[in-house]
Amino acid sequence: MQTSIQLPTDPKLQYLLRIGDACLILGQRLGEWCGHAPIVEEDIALSNMALDLIGQARGVLTLAGDQCPQDYDEDQLAFLRDERDYLNPTIVELERGDFAFTVLRNTIVATWLKLLWERLRDSNDAELAAIAGKALKEARYHQQHAADWVVRLGDGTEESRRRIEAALARLWLYTPELFEDDAVDAAAKAGGLGPAASELREPWLAEMREILGEAGLVLPKDAAFRSSGKRGVHSEHMGYILSEMQYLQRAFPGGVW
Amino acid sequence: MSTNNEWPKTGNAASEWPLWEVFVRTKAGLDHKHCGSLHAADPKMAVQMARDVYTRRQEGCSVWVVRSDQIVASDPGDMDMYFDPAEDKVYRHPTFYKLPDSVDHM
Repeated sequence: MQTSIQLPTDPKLQYLLRIGDACLILGQRLGEWCGHAPIVEEDIALSNMALDLIGQARGVLTLAGDQCPQDYDEDQLAFLRDERDYLNPTIVELERGDFAFTVLRNTIVATWLKLLWERLRDSNDAELAAIAGKALKEARYHQQHAADWVVRLGDGTEESRRRIEAALARLWLYTPELFEDDAVDAAAKAGGLGPAASELREPWLAEMREILGEAGLVLPKDAAFRSSGKRGVHSEHMGYILSEMQYLQRAFPGGVW
Repeated sequence: MSTNNEWPKTGNAASEWPLWEVFVRTKAGLDHKHCGSLHAADPKMAVQMARDVYTRRQEGCSVWVVRSDQIVASDPGDMDMYFDPAEDKVYRHPTFYKLPDSVDHM
């Protein structure tokens, strides 16, 4: 078995991992639809989006690896960390769920990422700014595609409505985490690396309100529950997705295509 | 969509989304070319699906979709009447003219 890598505690590294891991884990999750989506056109669309996210993760994780004295590469960061060292928000690791759950999660995350990439184009890290410029185009399409489905399901049949409402009730609980600040955000903001998480809350809420309104859905009330994936404390779903992701690299260390 | 977990069975025309023909323009200035078809519920979905299914390897910069049932086609039964008479009319090709040397690429 390949030993797990050790990470330095560096706010810039953590800021980057929160973004890169969000893309990586959601990309892996979305990949589960490959061959299983309700129609072949949507199967291809979801796989396209999964690959876009993996591409974004590759860019950000490569940059994150450059922050480490050991100069890790994207593969080491993606496949050789322990669960506690993944810093994605919990919402992206939750189980695949049904189609309504998938398109609503994609809408929530794509809207957040779109706003984040918009801001990161002005990052004082030129490489991060370049990644953001490219990723923004992808996130805009992801948002449009997913939001379109949310409206269709909300405004569809009794069954589609029931499913999208159930998805909203559950997923909404995991959204406050996206906008919670800590020392990592303070450092990123002060240093010009990128926005603090909380800065994206209002614009995100405005866009979500519009989409959910069009779908005829009511915004759930705020709850006390707080998820904590960004701090490395994950849900029960994380271990399973990591074991699937990491199996090959752990069994065949350094294996490449 | 049906009320149980199953997607409508294929072949059930009433529950299937309409078929659309997809045309992709590979680059500005060229024609949109027919490249295939897909099922979608409405125009907006059809354009998105066309983008996802037919342009994922940089095939195009613009897509058109047209409802398949809006296309008027010639009748296969008329094939001999319609197309065979052109077979022996080689003089319809502009290959019998002698072009000046200065005219290239005709």
